[in-house]
Amino acid sequence: MNLLDPQGPVAAANSTILVDSVFIMLAIVVPTIIAILGFAFWFRASNPRAHFQPDFVYSGRVEMVVWAIPALTVILLGGVAWIGSHQLDPAAPVPGTGSPVRIQAVSLDWKWLFIYPDQRIATVNTLTVPAGAELNFQLTSSSVMNTFFIPQLGSMIYTMNGMVTKLNLRADSEGKLQGLSAHFSGDGFPDMMFDVDVISPLAFPDWVAATAKSDAVLNEESYKKLMQQGIEKGRPTYRLDDPRLFDLIASQHIPPGPGPELISDAGRPHSGGHDAR
Amino acid sequence: MSMTATAGRAHADPHHIGLVIEHPGPAPKRIVTAYGFWVFLLSDIVMFSCFFAAYAVLVGQTAGGPKGSEIFDQRNVAIETVCLLLSSFTCGMASIAADVRNRFWFYLGMAVTCGLGVVFLAIEFREFADLVSRGYGPSRSAFLTAFFSLVGCHGLHVSAGVLWLLTMMAQVFAKGFRADVLRRMMCFALFWHALDIVWVGVFSVVYLLGSGV
Amino acid sequence: MLGKLDWSAIPFDQPIPLIAGAVVLFGILAVLIWVVVKGHLPYLWHEWITSVDHKRIGVMYILLASVMLLRGGSDAIMMRIQQAVAYQSQGYLPPEHYNQIFSAHGTIMIFFVAMPFVIGLMNLIVPLQLGVRDVAFPTLNSVGFWLTATGALLVNLSLVIGEFARTGWLAFPPLSELSYSPGVGVDYYAWSLQISGVGTLVAGINLVTTVLKLRTKGMNYLRMPMFCWTTLASNLLIVAAFPILTATLAMLLLDRYLGFHFFTNEAGGNVMMFMNLIWAWGHPEVYILVLPAFGIFSEVVSTFSGKALFGYRSMVLATMAICIISFMVWLHHFFTMGAGPDVNAIFGIASMIIAIPTGVKIYNWLFTMYGGRIRFETPMLWSIGFMVTFIIGGLTGVLVAVPPADFMLHNSMFLVAHFHNVIIGGVLFGAFAGFEYWFPKAFGFRLDDRWGKLAFWFTFLGFYVTFVPLYVAGMLGMTRRMQHYDVAAWRPWMFVAAAGMAVLTIGVICQIVQIVVSIRNRDALRDRTGDLWDGRSLEWATSSPPPVFNFAFNPDVRGEDAYWDIKSRAQQQSLEHEVPEYHDIEMPRNSPTGFVCAFFATIMGFALIWHIWWMVILGGIGAFATFVVFAWRDHDEYVIPADEVAAIDRVNIEERRSLVSMAGTV
Repeated sequence: MNLLDPQGPVAAANSTILVDSVFIMLAIVVPTIIAILGFAFWFRASNPRAHFQPDFVYSGRVEMVVWAIPALTVILLGGVAWIGSHQLDPAAPVPGTGSPVRIQAVSLDWKWLFIYPDQRIATVNTLTVPAGAELNFQLTSSSVMNTFFIPQLGSMIYTMNGMVTKLNLRADSEGKLQGLSAHFSGDGFPDMMFDVDVISPLAFPDWVAATAKSDAVLNEESYKKLMQQGIEKGRPTYRLDDPRLFDLIASQHIPPGPGPELISDAGRPHSGGHDAR
Repeated sequence: MSMTATAGRAHADPHHIGLVIEHPGPAPKRIVTAYGFWVFLLSDIVMFSCFFAAYAVLVGQTAGGPKGSEIFDQRNVAIETVCLLLSSFTCGMASIAADVRNRFWFYLGMAVTCGLGVVFLAIEFREFADLVSRGYGPSRSAFLTAFFSLVGCHGLHVSAGVLWLLTMMAQVFAKGFRADVLRRMMCFALFWHALDIVWVGVFSVVYLLGSGV
Repeated sequence: MLGKLDWSAIPFDQPIPLIAGAVVLFGILAVLIWVVVKGHLPYLWHEWITSVDHKRIGVMYILLASVMLLRGGSDAIMMRIQQAVAYQSQGYLPPEHYNQIFSAHGTIMIFFVAMPFVIGLMNLIVPLQLGVRDVAFPTLNSVGFWLTATGALLVNLSLVIGEFARTGWLAFPPLSELSYSPGVGVDYYAWSLQISGVGTLVAGINLVTTVLKLRTKGMNYLRMPMFCWTTLASNLLIVAAFPILTATLAMLLLDRYLGFHFFTNEAGGNVMMFMNLIWAWGHPEVYILVLPAFGIFSEVVSTFSGKALFGYRSMVLATMAICIISFMVWLHHFFTMGAGPDVNAIFGIASMIIAIPTGVKIYNWLFTMYGGRIRFETPMLWSIGFMVTFIIGGLTGVLVAVPPADFMLHNSMFLVAHFHNVIIGGVLFGAFAGFEYWFPKAFGFRLDDRWGKLAFWFTFLGFYVTFVPLYVAGMLGMTRRMQHYDVAAWRPWMFVAAAGMAVLTIGVICQIVQIVVSIRNRDALRDRTGDLWDGRSLEWATSSPPPVFNFAFNPDVRGEDAYWDIKSRAQQQSLEHEVPEYHDIEMPRNSPTGFVCAFFATIMGFALIWHIWWMVILGGIGAFATFVVFAWRDHDEYVIPADEVAAIDRVNIEERRSLVSMAGTV
């Protein structure tokens, strides 16, 4: 999950900006640290060779320089930030080969549901995508906030109930990656890690066909079961009954997920469902 | 002596700040108290502005419930506004009476202020109770949440003000126009006037703009 | 009768909080019994609990902060151990407990350690530096302190009665809404912050008024010590920002208690509004904490370099610039929420702009050292340690202000490392520097040097060993608040961080030992001059500890570095001290208002948390009655007769005269 080992163009650009910014700043930070330690050492009271200048407390020229150095650095980095923010806007398209894959991600308590509306399939806690294709994500949450993040593909984004956020990514090479939720969402939060299988574009239709044969059907009813609090160790797959399911969730036609099941009166709720321990 | 003073000054200005007006020393208590209270009022207005902001964000979120224009009663609001504005005037009268240490006018001014405040609160309470009884309570929609909170927050302030007002009257009765009592009276007057200003905001943002929508 | 409260509120099934709570309770009881048996209670009551002396209140703030630092530190140790062992297992803390711990850790460290520590130092020192006898509102000052203590008490109460929030230190909805957090945890969180928030606001108003309206004769704005400037900036921020927190938490509480819909998923509530509001307070809060620390470093670096602060005007400008810009950057806490690129870029750049005045400050301290005669006393070590550490924290801070970089680093362990880097390296180091620097002023004896330096080195090294691994873990994609994980690559770094935590703990132990050793050797460490460090500002112009009235005469300030100036002139002119004519001094009388008020606030807070409505009303009436009783008292001041002032001051003058004749000040 190394951020400096990007597997897609977004992550590559993000990490380039990250590394470049660090080096731009190091160019002034390192000399400053050396100066701090150097001055402190040289002007120690016990050093007879250091020249004591108690009246050196104002110098227009020095002032000019000390305002200018950080200002120039910030102007430079501000440019990086401005250009980077626009180029790497999560909603900006990321051109790829072949037709884009639409994926609708829903964060549940405490698992990820990935709906492929065009393929009419859905998966939980595993995201299978073809290498090289543009991935158009639409994201929402069934209950509390979460953040969708695949570190090696780049740019995370929040999921919120009643709202849809957009994110475009691309995975360039086949392999297994991992994703996670990057916003604390309750007791099952650490189990919201999910697998990302990047497979060849040729294998993708086969995977879709195989998944579509699944016995389990995802519809409003089974979704309501799925959104109960709990963690999911397995990797279930579904046939998608209604391709508008995501819209029903995002527009709150399906009400937000319930919280903990059992509430004792004493204000210490037994959190429902994380029985995996 | 003047020589040494000059020498001292040169030494004392290493940063080339130049001539400055000499600070005369700590301010008298009355100024300090009023100043501190002003700072408090500013912070209180910041708090109100959060509720205003929340109202602005949530005003459209009626969740199928009523809009502002469907529930606001202009006549009531007009009476409320008149009450508060008049009470500011009578509060000012009471302040002047306190400054000239005239008990009669002080009590009269404060009593009328209190009466107008209570009338305001009564009308507001009736408005709220009416809305709740029609099923338009604050849990009906985010809009009503924001409405009840903003107006209710002002109402709570007015209630606290009435309590303070009565305490002030009792204190003048018991202690007379002592310096500390006068300082408190000044703070109370500032508080009461500030609530008026906030009401002008509530009135404009909630009721005037709201009834048009 | 007792609302939601019953026996199941006490976690008999969870040994850790129960034992911790029992130990703390036992400790408190033991101390109380000792106090009563030894007959110290009247002393405590008259001299401390009811004191309205800004110095005493400052000391109590710092004491509160130190005790809470131990509590928050214990949480940190538990978290680091949990993450070190919870690889492919549940570790030793179940999620409902771990989640409480990190929420409590953040809440405690910010609100009940960092805040009271800096407010305590400001209380203690600012009136002395301004050359006045007290703050603007002494009784309110006491109220503010005790309300803060109430908040701290409630947070600790949640350990044994009920639970604390399991939502993180900012309790983001909808997770913190009733449907997802039905327990009392969030209520404990919100009410303790509401109550202590009132205390903080009171302190803020008090200090703003003090700095702006109560300065001694000749203390123009541009002659104020840097610490007074940063105090002013910080407290202006408190006054402007804390009401936002109060309003936001009030909205959350209305949602939870009365079914409002500010931030709920249902009925049109808006969670993004919470994010905006809470960070509109939260970002200035960072500067509320760090600005006073900057002020402390300015004092320390200048004193121990034997020079006036370099670029004083620049520093003032930088401080006020930070004060203003800090209100314009809050959105950088949620770049990843999907705001457009223009918004993200603008707030990113605004956030970077704050780095300019901050950088200027670093350079000005650097040039203050240049040409100085640097004495490496413990406060100076903390300052240099700060400068190095803070620059690194600043670097990573500017890095996460670049939106595309933040898209990778938001909420990661990298971020955790970053804000610890600035808060430990900035605020905590500053607090420790101020503590070492001003302890002799408050108590009349200095702290043991050897243990102080050991504490510095262990803390300094421990900090890096703990937090550099967290930076690395963040670069490896690790997100914060993980109760367990299955990624092998993260594990070694968690081990190293846990080891670093051990080193940090040794640092804290050294601090405790330092205090104990110093108290035992206090006669040897006694400072009779009142000017132990050859100081430059007015707090050194009076005895240590200062008399209750601070100065027999409010000093007449003729320039910057007021006391240095006085010392220099006294030497140049070798003035004979004329026998001054002493006057009676009026001082505010002690008052139990603060303590009693906080007592009722505690009752009210507890009752609100547990829905015990009759008790809420009782507490409310009690608090109001307290204020009425306070307003009714006839004598709010007492007089210290002139000859008593004279007797106290003469001793001070004797000591000082010998010092001035000896010191090589020019």
